[in-house]
Amino acid sequence: MRILRFLLLKEFSQIFRNKSILALIMVMPVMQLIILPMAADYEVKNINLAIIDQDHSTYSQQLITKITSSGYFKLSGYDNSFHEAFQYIESDKADLILEIPQNFERNLIRENKQHVFIAVNAINGTKANLGGAYLAGILRNFNADLRLKLIGNTKLNPSPTIEITASNWFNAYMNYKVFMVPGILAILVTMIGGFLSALNIVKEKEVGTIEQINVTPIKKYHFVLGKLIPFWILGNVVFTIGLFISWLIYGIVPLGNLSVLYVFIWVYLFAILGFGLLISTYCETQQQAMFIMFFFMMLFILMGGLFTSIDAMPSWAQVIAKFNPATYFIEVMRMVILKGSRLRDILPHLIKVMLFALVLNTWAILNYKKTT
Amino acid sequence: MIQVNNITKVYGKEKTVAVDHVSFSVKEGELFGLIGPDGAGKTSIFRMLTTLLLPDGGSATVNGFDVVKDFRKIRNSVGYMPGKFSLYQDLTIEENINFFATVFNTTVNENYHLIKDIYIQIEPFKKRRAGKLSGGMKQKLALCCALIHKPTVLFLDEPTTGVDPVSRKEFWEMLKRLKAQNITIVVSTPYMDEATLCDRIALIQEGVILSIDTPAAITASYPHELFAVKGDKMSSLLTALNSFSKIKTAYAFGEFAHAAFYAHAISAQEMRDYLKSKSIEMEAYQKIDASIEDCFIGFLKN
Repeated sequence: MRILRFLLLKEFSQIFRNKSILALIMVMPVMQLIILPMAADYEVKNINLAIIDQDHSTYSQQLITKITSSGYFKLSGYDNSFHEAFQYIESDKADLILEIPQNFERNLIRENKQHVFIAVNAINGTKANLGGAYLAGILRNFNADLRLKLIGNTKLNPSPTIEITASNWFNAYMNYKVFMVPGILAILVTMIGGFLSALNIVKEKEVGTIEQINVTPIKKYHFVLGKLIPFWILGNVVFTIGLFISWLIYGIVPLGNLSVLYVFIWVYLFAILGFGLLISTYCETQQQAMFIMFFFMMLFILMGGLFTSIDAMPSWAQVIAKFNPATYFIEVMRMVILKGSRLRDILPHLIKVMLFALVLNTWAILNYKKTT
Repeated sequence: MIQVNNITKVYGKEKTVAVDHVSFSVKEGELFGLIGPDGAGKTSIFRMLTTLLLPDGGSATVNGFDVVKDFRKIRNSVGYMPGKFSLYQDLTIEENINFFATVFNTTVNENYHLIKDIYIQIEPFKKRRAGKLSGGMKQKLALCCALIHKPTVLFLDEPTTGVDPVSRKEFWEMLKRLKAQNITIVVSTPYMDEATLCDRIALIQEGVILSIDTPAAITASYPHELFAVKGDKMSSLLTALNSFSKIKTAYAFGEFAHAAFYAHAISAQEMRDYLKSKSIEMEAYQKIDASIEDCFIGFLKN
């Protein structure tokens, strides 16, 4: 016990002496939590639209006003032919072309039917999809308004229509920040825990201090615990700061019990720290450890369901996601914070992460050899 | 105290033999030196004896404990100072010593008498971080840390490499005092002049031990008559001496050339005439006793 206490004392004085690391541990989560959710916006705004109006009627004017006043579109061109408008797309000045044909108003009233043409630049898939959908929505609205105006009372309207009303649960205003912030916090804690522990033992190898430690009668598990515990505590600190920031800036208050979150993070930190230690037992230099950790971090971030839904991934990718501890953490964060899940609900996640912690740490301890 | 029998270490896929069937023994309270150039296998031997490296063949015991089976007991009873400074650079002198005392389950006070002489010299800087110390002070600190648990055997791997001559001298003084406290010391060095400061030495080259004896016995057993020759042109002097049939080998040694004769040396006049025929002016010619370095070169030429 005395040895372990001294090891911890040593680790902490080293951490607190390394001012740049300390600043990074404290400043990084704060800055990233403030910047990232603002930028990682799913809503697409400022879509550039070129309109070809060959009708120049009241209706076409009304339609254009309706589109531009929606806030999603910026009118970047107003032309007379498709050829001219297409040049806007070619020079990347427009993302969408809306073509209003000749006699748009007349045909609409006389024949109760008219076509408009939408051409979408699909290089940016998300923008194309959403832009097309927004525009279609506006057109539908416009159509409904027209009906009301022309036919009058809908009671007299013989055609049956289904009106859809959706209610959004757990995130009533579909605020993407409420969804992103817990996920980003999960990734931050993962990164800090993973990198710090991966680099630490490797640093002792690089500097040579591990030689001195290895000739001492220090026990393997003492040494490994001496490395785990300080970063475990730091991980908790970062997590707490993160929760505070998300309340302060985004007003996110976990619906579920905070203690459930903490129980999970305690186990999760052991898993991710064990992963870092495992990497550091295989590496000889900090550079190697950094690159290997970076490789896994990219997987953790992009295959953990932070940005893209795991259910939408191909089945082989879903298998990879199952072996990604960050997946469970991100899910639990959203479950507890948004849905108010209780310990019973997250138990399957907790057990899986416990398994990760057990396997990774045992592996790391077995692979750390004092003798070569 | 230390028994090494046919210990062997082979590295990598190329099967580079770093240590080739090395055997030696060190008695209690002895100051034993492993003398050899870089890459001779000194560090590999140290790492095997301090249980950091597993031998590929042969066996060794330290304090009667086998380096493979009883590695735990060895770790408790030996002090090791690696060639590269390997204490925590971001901890202070005081913290480093306290830390190593604690991991060996002891305290600084308990064994203060052992390190007192050395520690006093660095005590004024005890609040300074180890990384900010000068080379000589780093070394004293490393020695303190290796001694703090009262080891019975001390392994010092090239402790004086890269240290100025004054600090080197001081360091050997410290070793002598430690020896007086009945601590067995095994030290390695590439400096031949330090060999005479050891009780016994092993000359080692490419993983093979060339000779083990006291420095005096090794120099006494030098088989050739050795002469120091000085001429006005060193490079042509060496060529001339090496092409002389009675000379086994000649090599530069400071401002002199050392010439080892097969059997009997020639007189000064004969040498002067011979060199004159090669248009070299002889300035000095005298018989000298072989140094450890001469012996080492002698072994290499055999």
